[in-house]
Amino acid sequence: MVNTLHTKQDIFNILSFIPDPEIPVVSIKEMGMLRDVVLTDKGCEVIITPTYTGCPAMGMIEDDIKRVLKENGVSSVNVKLVYAPAWTTDWMTTEAKEKMRKYGIAPPTSSACNKLTSFSKNNLIKCPRCNSTHTELISMFGSTACKALYKCDSCKEPFEYFKCH
Amino acid sequence: MKKQEAIYNYALRLGDNSLVLGHRLAELCSKGPILEEDLALTNMALDHIGRAQAFLNYAAQVEAKNKTADDLAYKRGERSFYNNLIMELPDKDFASTIARQLIVSTFEYFLYTELMKSKDETIAAISAKAVKEVRYHLAHSSDWTCRLGEGTDLSHEKMQRAFNDVWMFTDELFEMNEVDEVLIKEGIAIDLNSIKPLWFNHVKEVIEEATLKLPETGYMQTGGRKGIHTEYLGHILSEMQYLQRAYPTAQW
Ligand SMILES: [Zn+2]
Repeated sequence: MVNTLHTKQDIFNILSFIPDPEIPVVSIKEMGMLRDVVLTDKGCEVIITPTYTGCPAMGMIEDDIKRVLKENGVSSVNVKLVYAPAWTTDWMTTEAKEKMRKYGIAPPTSSACNKLTSFSKNNLIKCPRCNSTHTELISMFGSTACKALYKCDSCKEPFEYFKCH
Repeated sequence: MKKQEAIYNYALRLGDNSLVLGHRLAELCSKGPILEEDLALTNMALDHIGRAQAFLNYAAQVEAKNKTADDLAYKRGERSFYNNLIMELPDKDFASTIARQLIVSTFEYFLYTELMKSKDETIAAISAKAVKEVRYHLAHSSDWTCRLGEGTDLSHEKMQRAFNDVWMFTDELFEMNEVDEVLIKEGIAIDLNSIKPLWFNHVKEVIEEATLKLPETGYMQTGGRKGIHTEYLGHILSEMQYLQRAYPTAQW
């Protein structure tokens, strides 16, 4: 079926409301996971990229895209997963990082930290609650592969840090 | 050997290494020494399984026999798996897990850094993603090697024993055959001899920083490239493949 009623921009707008299943305050568009929309005479192809290769949310995101587009009258949707260019936390918008911080997750620092160094000794992470830099790494891996566990020595609260990637 | 067949074999090999190690790490779910480590090991398992899916998908696509990544993971027998033997070794204690992780993640770090430049677009793309993940795995195992090496007498002794035990499985990581020969010429695969000194230097540096001794090099195990495995792989497969073999079209 040809989607003559929807432009590429319309589809982008519809999809921009889909939340990241693991951090619902930000959308897949703000995260930089929504890469492109291609309209062909066969329908619509939505191109997405995973944050991590094993990201378990990809299946859910694909279902959400198809469902939301169907509700908006767009059929014949194909979701394509691409690996290149590799996703980086630098694609997250400033707004997304601020929303993430308010949600209680310390947002990623710049990907310039992509060096072969020991993780714990080379990162100064701010507490998302009190902004203190007196924080300590508890574990390099948190509730998901993309986050690390920290604790704040000022307000004594534990928090998660979205690792730069 | 034709280029297409070589790419199929190469993608299988990379996929099998990720799949088998991913399975081993996943077995540790709920068995980590502390809760944070339980999460770390299972998250690393997920990274490996995600990578395995990407490589096996590509292998299936190159083979063009209408198979999926799942067919390749769940319907091949032991002799058709080409992972390195080190990936299938059982976890005896936390030290053995950390020793294997240090050796493998150092290898993977240098391997995928080089493969990012592969002339095969898919292999280059998966490698670029892998290297970002492996960086954290490597920092994790390097930190733990030092913590345990410099910890108590007991943790030091266990860490040393773990490296001594696993050392005979390290040479195999750098073995090459006809597949490599064909693909190196095409600029698709890398010459593993070129990363061996980088691997050795990093592992040596961490082991020595951890006040441990580099194990002596003696007899080295071999076999994975030919599909000849330790007795452990069969047990892994019997568990991993059980569901698909008992209920062949079962879906998640
Ligand atoms: Zn705080």
